[in-house]
Amino acid sequence: MWPGRSIRTGRARAVSATAGQQAMPISGSNEDPDKARRFREAALPYLDDVYTLARYLLRDPADAEDAVQDCYLRALKHFDSYRGPAMKPWLFAILRNVCRAEYARRATQPSALPEDAPEGAAEQAPMWREEQQTPEAEMIRERDAVTIRRLIDKLAEPFKETFVLREINNLSYREIADAVGAPVGTVMSRLARARAMLRSAWLAEQE
Amino acid sequence: MNCDEAEILIHALLDGELDASHAREVEAHIAQCPHCAAELKTFRKMHEAIAKADLRYTAPPALRRRIEAALPKPQVGTSRRAVLRGFAMGSAMSALAATGLVAIVLRNDDEQLIEQQIVSSHLRSLQPGHLIDVVSSDQHTVKPWFNGRLDVSPPVIDLTSQGFALVGGRLDYLDARGIGAVVYKRRAHVINLFVEQTGNAAHVSATTNMVQGFNIRAWSERGMRFWAVSDIGADELAEFGEKFETALQANKEG
Repeated sequence: MWPGRSIRTGRARAVSATAGQQAMPISGSNEDPDKARRFREAALPYLDDVYTLARYLLRDPADAEDAVQDCYLRALKHFDSYRGPAMKPWLFAILRNVCRAEYARRATQPSALPEDAPEGAAEQAPMWREEQQTPEAEMIRERDAVTIRRLIDKLAEPFKETFVLREINNLSYREIADAVGAPVGTVMSRLARARAMLRSAWLAEQE
Repeated sequence: MNCDEAEILIHALLDGELDASHAREVEAHIAQCPHCAAELKTFRKMHEAIAKADLRYTAPPALRRRIEAALPKPQVGTSRRAVLRGFAMGSAMSALAATGLVAIVLRNDDEQLIEQQIVSSHLRSLQPGHLIDVVSSDQHTVKPWFNGRLDVSPPVIDLTSQGFALVGGRLDYLDARGIGAVVYKRRAHVINLFVEQTGNAAHVSATTNMVQGFNIRAWSERGMRFWAVSDIGADELAEFGEKFETALQANKEG
């Protein structure tokens, strides 16, 4: 009836198994129907947002689905301890943890995705500085969604994540800082760098 | 302000994150620095191009259903709730086991799953431009339209004279299979009638359930399974179902 479900479930297991170590005990108060209703109303409207971030972070639709499902199950478990500030960054923070477990799982597999640049090195590299040409040369032409997604996918972490949170998930700097657990200043410099890198790729694509 | 500072702050300006006094400072710098002015212009252009292209993804309906099914909900039957409660309360149970259980809960409850899909399809159909593929109040236009698009085309019966106006037909999906939907209107309310072929010719009398605030009346007749879904009351939906069945009996052409 559902071809492919067993495969997906299998993958979800793999994600959960790695993630299980840091999972908190399941709260005993989940039977409270009011809690379920509140969680539903608070969290489900952001399903598309969470799924969008998962797609960009994991690049694979089936992995993204598993990660989002895992994210919502965890969010429900921890909903009792949720005190705000905003639901969206909170869900994103949980999703990031799930994705990190998935990265770890992939790292142990020989056929992992194209490797991301190591975080620290990329972040400490000096800012892009090659654009001292005439301003007129810097004109950005419109591109279709497929092309732009491909360009964004090529951005290294953590720049891609910051960029997606701002430009596609529409988070404020403060919310991004909450979601990724970094100071606002870091968010700002990552975003500046993400945009500079994307611009270079965008202009190269136009050649 | 120098260019190094501006390099970061033009983004905050672009994103509307600066307070008025800092925004003025950045603007003052840009006014006398062609390089930073060009930077801002480029990034603004890129920002606009990104906003214009729709880069978001939509969660697949199956994912939404799996998550919905994993949440405890008060309106479902006792046995299923008991299972979910067990899942929710089992303090020793890991996320690993929970994931497996979700699949089990779904698999054991096909009819409920299908009814949730019916409601999802109904909701989707209510979005602008999704309701009807072939617009016609003439059953002799709607019926042939389905031929060639589905293995078995659904019976299309005009009930306009009986208070349920035929407005058209649509190809929809149920459980990843193509399925015909015949669309009726009762006053301003839409009724989607989903029709699926079954191997079983037995008559199964109608049952009505409420799912997410919508009434679903389901019955089987002449080797077909019917689901009528709408936000009209259960009594009106029953009236629709009875009139449809009567007309189907009378109209052997079906």
